[in-house]
Amino acid sequence: MSDIPVAPAEPGALERTLRAGRDEGRKLLVPYLTGGLTVGGDHWLDVLSAVVDAGADAVEIGIPFSDPVMDGPIIQEASERALAQGATPLSILDEVRRADVGVPLAVMTYYNVAFRMGHERFASSLADAGVSAAILPDLPYEEVGPWAAAADAAGVETVLLAAPTAPDDRLPVVCARARGFVYAVGLLGVTGERTALAASSLEIASRLKAVTDKPVLVGVGISDAAQAAEVCAVADGVVVGSALVRRVLAGEGPAGAAAFIGGIRSALDA
Amino acid sequence: MALADPGPTGRFGEYGGQFVPETLVPACQELERSFRSAWADPAFRGELDRLLSDYAGRPSPLTECERLSEELGVRVLLKREDLNHTGSHKINNVLGQALLARRMGKTRLVAETGAGQHGVASATAAALMGMECRVYMGEVDMERQALNVFRMQLLGAEVVPATSGSRTLKDAVNEAMRDWVATVGDTHYCLGSVMGPHPYPWMVREFHAVIGAEARQQCERHLGGTPDVVTACVGGGSNAIGIFSGFVDTDAELVGVEPAGGAAVGRGVPGVVHGMKSYLMQDEFGQVQEAHSISAGLDYPGVGPEHSHLASIGRARYEQVTDDEVIAAFQLLSRTEGIIPALEPAHAIAWLSRDRELLAGRTVLVNMSGRGDKDVAQMMDVLG
Ligand SMILES: Cc1ncc(COP(=O)(O)O)c(C=O)c1O
Repeated sequence: MSDIPVAPAEPGALERTLRAGRDEGRKLLVPYLTGGLTVGGDHWLDVLSAVVDAGADAVEIGIPFSDPVMDGPIIQEASERALAQGATPLSILDEVRRADVGVPLAVMTYYNVAFRMGHERFASSLADAGVSAAILPDLPYEEVGPWAAAADAAGVETVLLAAPTAPDDRLPVVCARARGFVYAVGLLGVTGERTALAASSLEIASRLKAVTDKPVLVGVGISDAAQAAEVCAVADGVVVGSALVRRVLAGEGPAGAAAFIGGIRSALDA
Repeated sequence: MALADPGPTGRFGEYGGQFVPETLVPACQELERSFRSAWADPAFRGELDRLLSDYAGRPSPLTECERLSEELGVRVLLKREDLNHTGSHKINNVLGQALLARRMGKTRLVAETGAGQHGVASATAAALMGMECRVYMGEVDMERQALNVFRMQLLGAEVVPATSGSRTLKDAVNEAMRDWVATVGDTHYCLGSVMGPHPYPWMVREFHAVIGAEARQQCERHLGGTPDVVTACVGGGSNAIGIFSGFVDTDAELVGVEPAGGAAVGRGVPGVVHGMKSYLMQDEFGQVQEAHSISAGLDYPGVGPEHSHLASIGRARYEQVTDDEVIAAFQLLSRTEGIIPALEPAHAIAWLSRDRELLAGRTVLVNMSGRGDKDVAQMMDVLG
C-alpha cells in the first residue's frame, strides 16, 4: 500500500475532454460497448461510430474477460460471445488503432488481462492504440500501485471506482488517485438494467461532488434516458452499459444503438 | 518456520492480496478486523472449540492402515476428517465463519460449492445458528453431486445453479461474489477454501489449523515423532494447508496432490482472479481456462495463494494424478481398509499408490478430508 504513486497533476486527454464538456454546461455521456463482438453481421466498430455520432463524449470499450465478477448477465453474455468469436486484447486494440473515433476512449477490462500481458506492455499497447484510459474494476485503490506506475508512465489515465459502501474518509483518497473521471458505482450490485434509479446513485454522486473537482460519472444500473437525466441533477454524467449492450445483442445494430444513445443525449441536453 | 500472518496487505510472499471490486473493499477490511479481534478473544475461541467438539465431533481420529500399508509397502496413517459431522473437513471453517458472521451482526450466509461438502457444511451452520443461507453450485456439479443438493435443501438452504462458463466451481465462485456485491450489508460470504481476497486465505487456514495441531500430537503419541511425508489433495487447498500447518516446522515433506486437469501449481502461471494473486491455469491473454476433473471439489483452475508461496520457496511440492488413478485409489482404500473416501482425498491415495516405490518403507500421513457417500452414485456410473 505504501507504493501507490501520487497521480500526475496534469489531466490526460479523457479528463480534459470531460472537463471541457462540463465547463460548457454539458452533461457527459459515456456508453459502454463490448469490444470484438459482431452480432448479425454488424461489426462492433460500426456501433462505436454510431454512438459517437449520436452524442457520446467518450466511449468505454470492454475487453472481454472469462470471469467478469462485476458484470451481470447481459455483459457476461456479450463477453462470452466476443471471446467465442476469437476476440483478444490484441485483436481489439488493433482494430481500435485503425479506427478514427473522434472522442477519447477508455478500455474497461479485468486486472488479469493487464497482469498477464505485463503492466508496461499493456499500458503501452493502450497508448499505441490511441486509448486514453483504463478501468479495472477488480483493482481497488490498495492494489493499484504497480499498474498505476506503468499507466502513468505511458500516459494512460487509470479511472478508479467509488462505491456506496465506502466510508467518508475513503472517498477523497480514491478521488485523489483517480484519473480521467471518478466512476461512481450507482448501486450495490453488478452491471445490469434496473427499472428505476437507485437512491444510492444520487447519494454517491453528491458525496463525491462534495470532495472532488474531477468529473463524477455514475455507472452501473443506469438504464434509460429518464434515469440518466435524473442522476445528472447531481452527477456530471453517466456511463450506460447493459442497456446498450442488450440492444446490440438483440441485433439492433448501429441504428438501434444510435437511437438509444441519441435519446439519452437529448434528455441530458433538455 | 511457522505459517505466517500475511499482514494487512494479505501477502504470502508475492501471492495473495485483495483484488476485489471497490464495493467489497470495506467489507473485506471489516472482516479482517473482526477476525483479528475474535481470534484473540478467548470467549470466541472457547465457543468455537465447544462447537467443534460437541457438535462436529472433534478431535478426529488418526487411523493406522495396516492392510493398505502392507499392500503398498508404505506405512500409511489417515487423519480422519471424513468422520466429522457433515462428512468432511469443511465444517471446521464453516463453524468459525458462521460464529464470526453472527458476531458481526450478519444474518445471511452466501457460499459457493463444488462437491457440495462446503455447501452442506454452510447450510448446516446456518440451520444451527438460525441464519439464511444461499449456495451457488455449478450446473454440472448439481448433477454429479445430486445427493448433496438434496441435503442442502433439507437443511433449509437455497441452492442456485451457476450456468455460465464451465458451470463448475469457478463459476459458482463468480456467482457468490456477484451476490455478495449486491447484499454486503447483511450478508457474509462464507468462502469454502484458503482462496479469495484477504483475509480469507489466512482466516480459513486458521480455522483448519486444528487438523494439523491434532495430527501433530497424535503422531507424537502414535509414532513418537513426525511422519516422513504429509500429503493432502489440493483444490483451493484448505484441507492441505490445515494439515501442513501442523508440520511445516518439522522435517516432514509436504506434498499437495492436484488433479491433472486442474493443476494450478503444476500447470499454471501467476495470475489474478477471485480476489487473489496465485498460480492459475490461463491462456496467453489471461483468460482463465476451464478445469476438468472427475472430482467436483478439485475441479478448479486456481489455488490458494499460500500454496503458490509454499511451492515457490520449495517448502511444499505438488504432484498430479489422473482421473483413472483416482478411480483405482477410491476402490483400493475401500477394499483394503473399509473406508470409502471422497474422490478428493482419493487423489492423495492415488499419488502414494503410484509412487509407492519411491516411498517404500516411509511413513506417510494422509489427510482423509471427506467420506465418499456423495460420490457413490457417480462411481456406480463409472464402474458399472
Ligand atoms: C472432501 C473434500 N476434500 C477436499 C476438497 C477440496 O477443497 P480444499 O482443497 O480446499 O481442501 C473438497 C471440496 O469440495 C472436499 O469436499
